[in-house]
Amino acid sequence: MPISSRIGDHKKKNLRQKLTDLNWFIVFIIVCVASIGFAMLYSVAGGSIDPWAKNQFIRFMIGLIALVVIAVIDVRVWMFLAYPFYAAALGLLVIVDVMGSMGKGSQRWLDVGFMNIQPSELMKIALVMALARYYHCLSDEDTLKLKSLVKPLILIALPVLLVLRQPDLGTTLLIVMGGIALIFAAGVRMWLFIGGAIAMIPAAIGAWQFLQPYQKQRVLTFLDPESDPLGAGYHIIQSKIALGSGGVYGKGFIQGTQSQLNFLPEKHTDFIFTVIAEELGLIGGLSLLGLYFILLAYAMIVSVSVKSQFGRLLILGMVVTFFLYMFINIAMVMGLLPVVGVPLPLVSYGGSAMLTLLIGFGFILSTAIHKETSIPRGGAFA
Amino acid sequence: MLSGGMLLLSSALVGRMYYLQVTSRSQYELLAEQNRISMRLLSPTRGDILDRFGREIATSTTDYRVNVIPEETEELQETLKALAQYVPISESDNERISKAASRQRSFHPINVANNLDWQTFSNVNVNMPDLPGIQPDVGTSRFYPERELAAHLIGYVGAVNEQEVAEDPDPLLELPDFKIGKNGIEKVLDSQLRGSAGSSQVEVNVLGRVIRELSRQDSVSGRDVRLTIDLDIQKFAANRVRDESAAILVMDIHSGELLGMASTPSFDPNDFNGGISQRKWDSLRSDIRKPLINKTVSGQYSPGSTFKMIVALAGLEAGIIKPDDKLGCDGVFRIGNRLAHCWKDGGHGNLTVREAIAQSCDEFFYRLSLDVGIDKIHEMAARFGLGERYNIGIMSEARGINPNGEWKYGQTGERWQGGDTINVGIGQGYVSATPLQLCVMGARLANGGKRVLPKIFLDDRVEYEEPASLGINPEHLELVLQGMEDVYNHQRGTAYLHRSRGKDYKIGGKTGTTQVVRISMAERQTGVLDNEDREWIQRDHALFVGYGPVENPKYSVAVLVEHGGSGSSVTSPIARDVLEFLIDRDLTAEQPELPGQEV
Repeated sequence: MPISSRIGDHKKKNLRQKLTDLNWFIVFIIVCVASIGFAMLYSVAGGSIDPWAKNQFIRFMIGLIALVVIAVIDVRVWMFLAYPFYAAALGLLVIVDVMGSMGKGSQRWLDVGFMNIQPSELMKIALVMALARYYHCLSDEDTLKLKSLVKPLILIALPVLLVLRQPDLGTTLLIVMGGIALIFAAGVRMWLFIGGAIAMIPAAIGAWQFLQPYQKQRVLTFLDPESDPLGAGYHIIQSKIALGSGGVYGKGFIQGTQSQLNFLPEKHTDFIFTVIAEELGLIGGLSLLGLYFILLAYAMIVSVSVKSQFGRLLILGMVVTFFLYMFINIAMVMGLLPVVGVPLPLVSYGGSAMLTLLIGFGFILSTAIHKETSIPRGGAFA
Repeated sequence: MLSGGMLLLSSALVGRMYYLQVTSRSQYELLAEQNRISMRLLSPTRGDILDRFGREIATSTTDYRVNVIPEETEELQETLKALAQYVPISESDNERISKAASRQRSFHPINVANNLDWQTFSNVNVNMPDLPGIQPDVGTSRFYPERELAAHLIGYVGAVNEQEVAEDPDPLLELPDFKIGKNGIEKVLDSQLRGSAGSSQVEVNVLGRVIRELSRQDSVSGRDVRLTIDLDIQKFAANRVRDESAAILVMDIHSGELLGMASTPSFDPNDFNGGISQRKWDSLRSDIRKPLINKTVSGQYSPGSTFKMIVALAGLEAGIIKPDDKLGCDGVFRIGNRLAHCWKDGGHGNLTVREAIAQSCDEFFYRLSLDVGIDKIHEMAARFGLGERYNIGIMSEARGINPNGEWKYGQTGERWQGGDTINVGIGQGYVSATPLQLCVMGARLANGGKRVLPKIFLDDRVEYEEPASLGINPEHLELVLQGMEDVYNHQRGTAYLHRSRGKDYKIGGKTGTTQVVRISMAERQTGVLDNEDREWIQRDHALFVGYGPVENPKYSVAVLVEHGGSGSSVTSPIARDVLEFLIDRDLTAEQPELPGQEV
């Protein structure tokens, strides 16, 4: 059977229609969130577009173009590319690992000229795509079988081991949690997760041995930050001070004492939410959370109306990844989670995470445009 | 289910945000303020110490310094090399700066040189463009323009030690460069001179760099201290005894104001400013002439013959001797099995009180003191201020000893003997006094028997009060003063050789020579060595208590020269010169103008 007939009765859209169907409101919300990021990067530089805001803006524009391009390409193309994409990301992770062991020291990124790419960031998308494709091609009955879990677990385990070697605890957690959430969304039974969680305990103990001393220290400091106020607990304490002193209305733009006087660490990357909360207050923080909520709610709504399993799982995987970024980052700066080095989505300074998320939203929007497209389960793609 | 989980987690975030930003806000606000606001103390300018006419004895001067800020230099060593063209930088300076630069934050200034003269300082300023990172700075430091002239009185300032920090809660003491009074008036009136700290609230960043000043409360300068000292008199008196180990005091007999007060040898209090060098300190400490001791108030000496006025007055007031009564002197006085000699071999013959004072006959006073008894002598000495601490407000004022039977019993457990009385009768033995006490004694004699008290601080707010009378018969006082007048002016007076000549006024006084080493019977028989033949430390102390002018007494002068020899030859000319200087100056009315009287 020719592929075109498999697509069913859906009428193929041209580019113009696709651009019209693109949810520009969501693009607008994304621009809003990113703009908060530009503003805060301008603020933490003491009111200057250098060194961060300008770069961030350029990267965002590149990412936004990528988003639109991805959105208008047929979702089946992405499904077709899922495994190659995974393989490529895994290959890049290996290259980074090899370069690290070749004496250049611990390295997480590749210099590709105009920007540094973190393969682990790309892997987050690639894993979601690969898992979505795997479960798409699996019948509902097969999904429930225990042996069907082997392949997904291998898909998750390979990048996890590589990223843990870097070592990057935050990204490792994101990959594991994103992967598990996707398996869960695919319909795998709940008891498997409970069993898996129990099985994780010895694994966690094993992983503890695997951790670098500074990573162990971070976990321990998280449990009692005041125990070491000038050492490892300093970041969390200063961050809480900044947040708390912001109050409801904040200290005003570029007026945050904690951030402007450098008491706040990593203020342009992982701790940028603290700057928002300090300078713009509870209102600023809640507004950002509200924008995130709109983005996630939209994606969830789309996921319900998407006909293909791949599209649905792709969206859910992206949503979970995005949510985890946001939750871990904000929980971390508020002292609810250990400092693990996860950026605030679309706001923190950094190209790879920004690109990853915009690509992710590209997929979500692509799925939304092509939501009527039904893709046969099993067979050809399996 | 996935959405539910995400909503739950999100609400946890919102809850946490609410807790941090609303519930615990004030606590975190406080912590944020503590982070960013740093209090900088502003040190006040120390008050000056001035003489009675407002002339500076201790002041604060601008101190031209050069600092370097390592961060602003291109290369620290290069900059220092360039600076060395204008400012001498020693090898050790270089080492110290490098060490400091490696320890401190690079924006903290490091001191390169202090106390530069204006020429050097302006050279540095002119060449600033070629000296990146060099920061000329003007601070203040204590300066004593008169140097050793009044060092004992003024004292000096020095760096704060740990004990002082513990005892004094003033935050100023914790400033690294802060100096406090360590001795003399600088110490006694430190709180008044010090002033109070100002503060500057500055915003600092995490490295402690000052971003801006938020508020400022200026420091309050210390209050000036006005002394009764007249610098001209101080200079004249101190210079007159400069080469001796001596004490000299000049007092206004009516007000009790001390016009001059010097102790020699002295030291330069400026040396103590930046911490005195060990070598200098050692040499001051080991000098047998004790330059660090304020002999005017801390030195206790046998008053010697200057005490004879007290004995005479005790006898006259008790009616034991009348003005015209005579007592004989044959050179040796026997008491029990002891022989007491008069200074004049062969004796003075029969003498009245007036003559006995003028000629300083010892035997007369042996006899008189025995007749009067120690209790009456003690009582008269107390009236004239001996054995009393006046607490004039400077450090280490000694009490001296005005002995009686009770005192001796308390000290030695032995009873008072007649021999003790005859020793005291000529101002030796147990009695001792400070030069200040002798000056007060002289003042009380010369002012008609009024209980004047010495003053060193000039306070315009206190009304002058006529001192209370000591209740002594004016005729008796007059008689004693005549004796003192004769000391200089009668041919037989002990200081006749050094009398004042060619003046329209007369001066009076009393010599004193006190043995430091007891002359033994054996020495007396084998021939006593002359004073000059003995070791300096074994020579007699020379004293003098003088007043003038006789016609209308105004000043009292006390002079002590340690191991100087005899009072008549050493101290009486000094007292004469000082009294002449004082009286001549009054006559020519060449006094400095009082502040506020300029035309």
